[in-house]
Amino acid sequence: MKQYLSVLKRVFTRDAAADRVVPPTGITARLTLFSAGAMAFLAVFALALSLAAGRLADRWGEDLARSSTIRISAPADQLSAQTAAALRVLEETPGIASVRALDAEEQRALLEPWFGPDLPVETLPIPQLIEVVEADVGLDAEGLRLRLSAEVPGAVLDDHTRWRRPMIAAASRLRLMGWVCILLLVGAVAAMITLAANAALAANARVISVLRLVGATDDYIADAFVRRFTLRALLGAGLGTLAGLLAIMALPGVGETGGILTGLGFQGWHWILPLLVPPLAAAVAFLATQIAARRALTELA
Amino acid sequence: MKPFRCSGTTRRFGASREREYILIELENVAYSYGGGELFSDISLKLSRGSFHFLTGPSGAGKTTFLKLCYGALVPTAGRVGLFGADLHDMSRDDVAHCRRRIGVVHQDCQFLDHLPVAENVALPLTVSGQDKPTELVNLKELMSWVGITSRAGALPPELSGGERQRVALARALIMSPDVILADEPTGNVDWEMSQRLMRLLIELNRMGKTVVIATHDLGLIRATKAHVQSRVLRITDRRMQLAGADL
Repeated sequence: MKQYLSVLKRVFTRDAAADRVVPPTGITARLTLFSAGAMAFLAVFALALSLAAGRLADRWGEDLARSSTIRISAPADQLSAQTAAALRVLEETPGIASVRALDAEEQRALLEPWFGPDLPVETLPIPQLIEVVEADVGLDAEGLRLRLSAEVPGAVLDDHTRWRRPMIAAASRLRLMGWVCILLLVGAVAAMITLAANAALAANARVISVLRLVGATDDYIADAFVRRFTLRALLGAGLGTLAGLLAIMALPGVGETGGILTGLGFQGWHWILPLLVPPLAAAVAFLATQIAARRALTELA
Repeated sequence: MKPFRCSGTTRRFGASREREYILIELENVAYSYGGGELFSDISLKLSRGSFHFLTGPSGAGKTTFLKLCYGALVPTAGRVGLFGADLHDMSRDDVAHCRRRIGVVHQDCQFLDHLPVAENVALPLTVSGQDKPTELVNLKELMSWVGITSRAGALPPELSGGERQRVALARALIMSPDVILADEPTGNVDWEMSQRLMRLLIELNRMGKTVVIATHDLGLIRATKAHVQSRVLRITDRRMQLAGADL
């Protein structure tokens, strides 16, 4: 580590004259710049995806775990009686913080996305919904289910676990995929820089032999290449990150009703994370070029 | 000029009294390319201020011999000592530091084609971190001494053969090396230019530099011998011999 720090210091304190000993290479430079930028752009999105998936998983995990729904399906004339019976059962059940039967207005709001705003809810045989919020001690869902089936035949308890679990699993997997993407991008940057550095070292074999002839040390020659590729990766990744951030800010927001796709973005201190992408790319480029240059140089006289 | 760190902890060659005097030493050196042996059992000491010609037919190994002398090649047998240190024990950095004390002029001089002549001549200073303003005065003097001042801003591909040789010589001399190894320095130039280059090398030798010139041009050797105390080494039949009066 200490050794790398001293190399790092040396690489960035060398005067401009040392930079000129390696001829400028137009196409390699531009391609490296472009590739680093593209990788950084993708990395910003992968990061946003991971963080958004993480937020989603947390939200589903917390909010939904604490609420259940009881649905009462009964003939119209028995509906209110059964609702009252269900509420009575619920009030006697331990582990429940609050219970509330949804009124017609709320039920209409729930159905509105599917049937439009002017639905005459009152005329339809739709079930009555009761929202149950659990207390911290937790609810014995199986016990409640048994009691309800005995006393309120039309009631069905839905504690959301049935669909919550796969959703949370999916969100967690999505988050994992995002991080895997970032790891793959880091690997791809390392591979790309290694290839570019090897190409540059091979193209400059004559320059390197001249430098060795006049007494340049391996450090000096390697630094010229390392500095070049590190700065290119830093600049390219900086531009790519900037573009990625602008693109994410430009994503249309849908607000509260948004799901995973529209929730893509950064919140709070998470905005710092994409700013780490350019230094990370530069560090990867630094290591990759350092290793490639050492290997290439020891093969020369 | 600062003293050079050539080798710190490596094994020392020869007796301590000799160390300052013998700059490059070969002991029973052999070199083989692939399977074929180029030469073997060569022993030679290059002392301070000596002047050697190295001759022999094409392919005899003159260039290889010079490369052994500056550590570009490692002998397949025997030992090479550079400034008192054994080449086998030297790190790549040690070799690099030694090369700052050895000026090399190749037959086909290679330069950094994207840099002007003046920067090419100053390259040894640049890579050793000695490119200070005071050194630039030396650079100007040196360039006028070899007669390339007017070409200072030109790029190497624009130079003629003779100019390339002189730029290479200037680059070899900028660090004020102890040893100058020249491989066919007059190969690509006309007689007059070759005479001029030889006069420069003779002058350097008079300043105390050790000079080794590889050439197959016997006429050049004869013309030079009159002006300088020199020895002629000949590589024939895979052996090195000291040539006598038969030249």
